[in-house]
Amino acid sequence: MSDNAYQDDRGNKDRSITKPGGSTTQTVRKGGKAVPTNSKAFLIGEAMTGGYGKGPDILHSCTIAVDPGEIAVIVGPNGAGKSTAMKAMFGMLDVRSGHVMLDGEDITALTPQDRVIKGMGFVPQTHNIFTSMTVEENLEMGAFIRRDDFRDTMTKVYDLFPILKEKRNQPAGELSGGQRQQVAVGRALMTQPKVLMLDEPTAGVSPIVMDELFDRIIEVARTGIPILMVEQNARQALEIADKAYVLVQGANAHTGTGKELLADDEVRRSFLGG
Amino acid sequence: MTDTLRTGLFAGLVVALIVGTGVLDNWNLALIIVNYGLISAIMALGVNLQWGLAGLFNVGVMGFVALGGLAAVLISMPPVPEAWAAGGGQVLGALAIGAAVIAGLIAVYKRTAGRVRVIAMVVLGIVGFFLFRSVFDAGVQAIEAVNPASTGFLGGLNFGGDSGRDWPIMAVIAWPVGGMLAAGAAWIIGKTALGLRSDYLAIATLGIAEIIIAILKNENWMSRGVMNVIGLPRPVPYETDLQADPDFVATVTDLGLDPTLASTLWVKLLYSGLFAAFLIVLLILAQRALHSPWGRMMRAIRDNEVAARAMGKNVTARHLQVFIIGSAICGLAGAMMTTLDGQLTPAAYQPLRFTFLVWVMVIVGGSGNNFGSVLGGMLIWWLWVAVGEYGPDLMIWATAWMSDDSAFKANLVNSAPQMRFLVMGTVLLLILRFSPRGILPEK
Amino acid sequence: MDFLNGLVFLTNFVIIPAAAYGAQLALGALGITLVYAILRFSNFAHGDTMALGTGITIKLTAVLVAFGITLGPLPTALLALPVGIAATGVILLVTDWLVYKFYREQKAKPVILVIVSLGVMFVMNGLTRVFFGVRDIQFADGERFLITVRQFRDMTGLDEGLAIRTTQAITLVTAVIVMTALFWFLNKTRTGKSMRAFSDNEDLALLSGIDPDRVVRVTWLLVGALATTAGVLYGLDKSFKAFTYFQLLLPMFAAAIVGGIGNPKGAIVGGFLIAFAEVTVTYPLKKVLTYWLPDSMAPEGLVQLLSGDYKFAVSFIILIIVLLFRPTGLFKGQSI
Repeated sequence: MSDNAYQDDRGNKDRSITKPGGSTTQTVRKGGKAVPTNSKAFLIGEAMTGGYGKGPDILHSCTIAVDPGEIAVIVGPNGAGKSTAMKAMFGMLDVRSGHVMLDGEDITALTPQDRVIKGMGFVPQTHNIFTSMTVEENLEMGAFIRRDDFRDTMTKVYDLFPILKEKRNQPAGELSGGQRQQVAVGRALMTQPKVLMLDEPTAGVSPIVMDELFDRIIEVARTGIPILMVEQNARQALEIADKAYVLVQGANAHTGTGKELLADDEVRRSFLGG
Repeated sequence: MTDTLRTGLFAGLVVALIVGTGVLDNWNLALIIVNYGLISAIMALGVNLQWGLAGLFNVGVMGFVALGGLAAVLISMPPVPEAWAAGGGQVLGALAIGAAVIAGLIAVYKRTAGRVRVIAMVVLGIVGFFLFRSVFDAGVQAIEAVNPASTGFLGGLNFGGDSGRDWPIMAVIAWPVGGMLAAGAAWIIGKTALGLRSDYLAIATLGIAEIIIAILKNENWMSRGVMNVIGLPRPVPYETDLQADPDFVATVTDLGLDPTLASTLWVKLLYSGLFAAFLIVLLILAQRALHSPWGRMMRAIRDNEVAARAMGKNVTARHLQVFIIGSAICGLAGAMMTTLDGQLTPAAYQPLRFTFLVWVMVIVGGSGNNFGSVLGGMLIWWLWVAVGEYGPDLMIWATAWMSDDSAFKANLVNSAPQMRFLVMGTVLLLILRFSPRGILPEK
Repeated sequence: MDFLNGLVFLTNFVIIPAAAYGAQLALGALGITLVYAILRFSNFAHGDTMALGTGITIKLTAVLVAFGITLGPLPTALLALPVGIAATGVILLVTDWLVYKFYREQKAKPVILVIVSLGVMFVMNGLTRVFFGVRDIQFADGERFLITVRQFRDMTGLDEGLAIRTTQAITLVTAVIVMTALFWFLNKTRTGKSMRAFSDNEDLALLSGIDPDRVVRVTWLLVGALATTAGVLYGLDKSFKAFTYFQLLLPMFAAAIVGGIGNPKGAIVGGFLIAFAEVTVTYPLKKVLTYWLPDSMAPEGLVQLLSGDYKFAVSFIILIIVLLFRPTGLFKGQSI
């Protein structure tokens, strides 16, 4: 039974009266304000410690940073808190100590929605598109917070992902896995974010599609947007990374450029299988 | 506060309200509240089994209650021999044909596939329907033509004389039969709705309840429809008989009571005793079930269905089981209520009163807590009657400041009994908001 | 000629009434489906919302008529309808603020909201009974018929007549306008699209900066408009009685589920399907068949498949058949 009596549905699964899939994510409480700081990094989660709700700490003084023109990746074994670290930077869990700073402002107290307005683009690992809406509508929803003319941005997204232009009037739910991920990234790009965060963009796609997706991501990076990415496929990710973080049990284990870490014996032995 | 203390205080409140009604108003009203309250408590117990223990959303309580009422007629009324002679056999034959057609449809569905199945089922269905109607309609016409002002239906199975008064026990026998009738209906509904890919129980029960009421209103040969069946035999003595009984009159006069008043109270007390006996037995059984391995399994299924399935529990079968048991209890209570009313009035079955009010009882009392449901049933029933009885007085008092010839005031006073719906809704919303587990939470 | 006579008879007694009833059901089912899609629960209070909105409109109509303001040949209620819609919208917004909002903030499970809607249903039912009474109210005024049986017969020379009641015509015209406007809103406007996005994927909608409170507010306003319109049209066509609106819940739910709950197209198709089935099955078709079949095959009985009281059974059986063979409804659900 749930602690919260309002969330106790007694195992009811009557589909004629209830629609599952409502929002359940815990986020930072509303009302926080951004505070100017003099941080050097463009986006940095500094010494973050925290966990979900009232649960135990998952992150232990973890630091992640990314600067313009860079691709930064977070790798590590299963359960190391990779996605959690990214969600912490996006305000989807309680950061109990430490700070998140973006472009000279401390945004630790902001809700995810406010962080989007501040210029963060986030692509969740799953459920990252509106399946019943067309590709074009997905992009329009990505630009929801913009009140200006976003046709230019949409053209740019279509240039980056030509397949989306072809399928723009199809429901996004009917696309293949790789195409869906392109829709998801495209949706996040519609806000013209200052930084793009991708949570395991290649999860569940075939190796060929994975290579293509990485190519696209590099192309996005070439347009000048810094990219922070969590990846399960450590070797490929390190190959394209300008900066890489290896997390173990919610703490920084190794930090360096992608090449350095690929060359590092210990990293190779523990995470890349020799 | 311990659970026992909380339960005790709640029970004390209910007793105080009823005794208060008796002392301050009159004891006849108090006993009427007790009797219907006990029946409501049984219904709440049934719904609590389904919702509290298994999380099944049954919004067709009214249908099961009405089926119980039908059983009270079918068992406790004397038969109408002329009607049986006129068309009884024909109607039974038609029903047999109908059952055979349905069995045939199921057989076709299981044995064939593809286009053959569709064609065979459609043909069999249409032919069967018209065959059934041709036999059935004639029989029904014959039955309904027999003395339509007073009978016009087949009657029941009580062979204790023309009024059925010689076999009063049939009235009590009718109660469990009502439960069985409701169980049968629940089996059909459960098989269909719980067996679908996801549960569609709520909409199925909502629909079936309306259909059952439509049948009761419409099938005059069985239930006299909207002409109502009146004068149902009862398991307790009649007031007039008591007043004519010198022993009874002597005894109550010795106690300093008026014989007329005493006879009405005595009859109600006997009913209270009977209902209370049933309620106590059911409550003990429900408590035992709750704490038995079966009850623990039901709660395990409710709290984590996936895990329970993985451990090899047949979740659908268990859900069907608990749905049938809960519905049977509602049917039992429905039969009791019809016996207590002394008549079956199909038009009186309203979902707000017979389905959703029972839900209010369960939620307010405490879903998953048997004592909570029982006491919630008594409390909410008292409130329901109290608002209807005292609402107009209260409204006159509340509108005293308005001029006497104000149409608005007259309107408010006239519609004061309708306030009960408003009060029930408000109580439910307040409980859900501030005490979502009910007055007596599940342990 | 016989064929035409049969057709006219069928149109007069089955097709037109069923179309009007279907439009009313569809408008009601649209309200249910919107709440289901956006707020994720089935709103048991919808029938009583309709009753309350209609009751308010009736009172306003009475005031207008008392002041001598009428719409000529059209029912005065149409003039009062926009105000009735606004009032119902306000009531729903207040209800949401007082009741539902708390449970959303608690991230309550949908079934809890269903139970909450039972409480709202009781309250709204009580309000309707207290303020508008429980008696039958007829409030249609203006011209009764667009075309009468006699006019039609004189015009066509057929034996059978065709009457179109003003209320039926108004129902169909209004329904078409309302449905077109709703689809345009959901598919073409920014707010409408944001509602669809919210229904599709709530978390992602939040990430995209869609304001959930605004989506919910707009939804309740739409639901108020749909419910009041459906209720007033039904009341004009038949009559207003507090508890008949409650009984519409079952066919409306059935319509929404048959079509694929959460899908507006489905709600409309479902509404008409249920209405046509109900009317056809419970209407004596003897006369139509007498016209259509050769004399030797003319039916003796009424050919009324089921008595009128069983109309619930019809919607229910359709529902069960659809659920058995297409559990998601005729149209794929879960999207508005």
